[in-house]
Amino acid sequence: MTTRTEMIEARRPPDMRRGVVGWLRANLFNGPLNSVLSVITMVLLAMMLWPMAKWALIDADWLGSTREACSGEGACWVFISARFETIIYGFYPDPERWRVNSVLAMMTLLVAWLAIPRLPAKRWVGAFALVGFPILAYVLLNGGHFGLVEVPTREWGGLMLTLTVATVGIVGSLPIGVVLALGRRSQMPLVRSLCVVFIEFWRGVPLITVLFMASVMLPLFVPTEVEFDKLLRALIGIMFFWSAYMAEVVRGGLQAIPSGQEEAAKALGLGYWRRMGLIVLPQALKMVIPGIVNTFIALFKDTSLVLIIGLFDLLAIIRAGLTDSDWLGFATEGYVFAALMFWVFCFSMSRYSQYIERRLHTGH
Amino acid sequence: MTANNSASASSADTPMIEVEGLNKWYGDFHVLRDIDLTVGRGERIVVCGPSGSGKSTLIRCFNHLEEHQQGRITVDGVTMTQDIKRIEQIRRNVGMVFQHFNLFPHLSVLDNCCISQTWVQKKPRVEAEKTAREFLERVQIADQADKYPGQLSGGQQQRVAIARALCMRPEVMLFDEPTSALDPEMIKEVLDVMVELAHDGMTMLCVTHEMGFAKTVADRVIFMDQGQIIEQAPPETFFNNPESERTKLFLSQILGH
Repeated sequence: MTTRTEMIEARRPPDMRRGVVGWLRANLFNGPLNSVLSVITMVLLAMMLWPMAKWALIDADWLGSTREACSGEGACWVFISARFETIIYGFYPDPERWRVNSVLAMMTLLVAWLAIPRLPAKRWVGAFALVGFPILAYVLLNGGHFGLVEVPTREWGGLMLTLTVATVGIVGSLPIGVVLALGRRSQMPLVRSLCVVFIEFWRGVPLITVLFMASVMLPLFVPTEVEFDKLLRALIGIMFFWSAYMAEVVRGGLQAIPSGQEEAAKALGLGYWRRMGLIVLPQALKMVIPGIVNTFIALFKDTSLVLIIGLFDLLAIIRAGLTDSDWLGFATEGYVFAALMFWVFCFSMSRYSQYIERRLHTGH
Repeated sequence: MTANNSASASSADTPMIEVEGLNKWYGDFHVLRDIDLTVGRGERIVVCGPSGSGKSTLIRCFNHLEEHQQGRITVDGVTMTQDIKRIEQIRRNVGMVFQHFNLFPHLSVLDNCCISQTWVQKKPRVEAEKTAREFLERVQIADQADKYPGQLSGGQQQRVAIARALCMRPEVMLFDEPTSALDPEMIKEVLDVMVELAHDGMTMLCVTHEMGFAKTVADRVIFMDQGQIIEQAPPETFFNNPESERTKLFLSQILGH
């Protein structure tokens, strides 16, 4: 038997290899086999990436306004820059484009305001973003009031249309999805069955079918005097379709919250909506952020499906440019640019969601 | 407080909780059988019994976390019905502490204590915070007010849970095995808080296996088995001269070593 009379002081951990060299040694060259594999991988990567970089950057032509500006050796980005305005605004009339710009600027400002934690008055800005902004954006974009020339939605297009569809889809599907998820767990049989039927119907139908139904079938069922806008019909279809997916994502989160949480809230006298709004949903939604953002990203990319009902979104407008007789043969540039645009938006959403997850972590 | 409206007849001489002919089933399983019980104001009752005897279920009926099928429960003069307004009125008067604390992990300790004051009692934030800090001080954890529950030890969490329940200024406190999920080192700090609360005259119903607590604090010990009350007596009688054979067996098992 021994007895310790002095407690051991805490010491620093032993020095590890630090810096770039240390990292390379530890991760890429920590043995003969790994060193060989690392070298082979690097050579293969270089062999693949070099031609790509040569085509897209080094040999590419950037300046000019006609196809004569392109040498034909590398990418012809002139094709994109010459059509840039169409890609952004679609067929929106030239003198009215300031309206699109103001809406885009306002949206960027609102999103930035809500996304940066340090800025104050989140509640009011959020309320404006959800209520005031959509009305304002509609009045500005569609016109027909306050001396603004009406621009019918068939003239909308390009990135502006993609963003409209994606924003409405995202902002609409989350709250509807939350309500559906709560409804599916309701004690009331009628509410529960209605929600189950709604979710299973929209989830069981392909999005393309929904869009076709909205644009082709619906007008057959409603009287001809009632005329819904084609874009509006597509928006409602997309919103309902994705809200069904959202409902199931949120339900997963609701089921992961221990029943003790709701019991404690009940014992404190909180009613159903407060229990949900203050205790259960904040925890459940935080838990399913990856799933929610996954759905948002899928929604964003699937907006390009509206091209099958004759709406010209970002991808469709680039495709339309490919058939321009002055610019034949630049399909690769067009598709690469479209992919890049979609990637930038989706990747930003993904990064932001990871940041939010870290910020909301409260150590449990 | 809105508790004292026409449905309530609370006064110093009505009992705190009155239970008559209470029966409850889970499906076909008869968990509570013909329970009659009266809890006086300021009375401190310890409920014990083997697991599955229905003791937790019984006290969870008193704030309608469990629904009963037969019998009558009256809390502070208000008779329990299916009416959600009535239930919430009772819940405002009944504080509860759970085995697994059930603190809200997304809210700070202070917010855990403020949430029901703000949303149920509609107190202004400043006042709610003042009350919260007062009770956190009482359970000796005021210095942790800005931390999140996940950063506290089990004993600290359970003390916060007690403070959270007290912030509503309840007439009666229900404890559902408050020390069963704690490490042995932390049981004492929670029991100390409960003893102090008992000395302040709070009406308490406590499901626990802490027989030392029962001996020092309880006015009455209730022993339950198979959904029924087998024996109830003051602690001296209960521990020294139990009447039923079932009670003797139970006591010999938990006090055996």
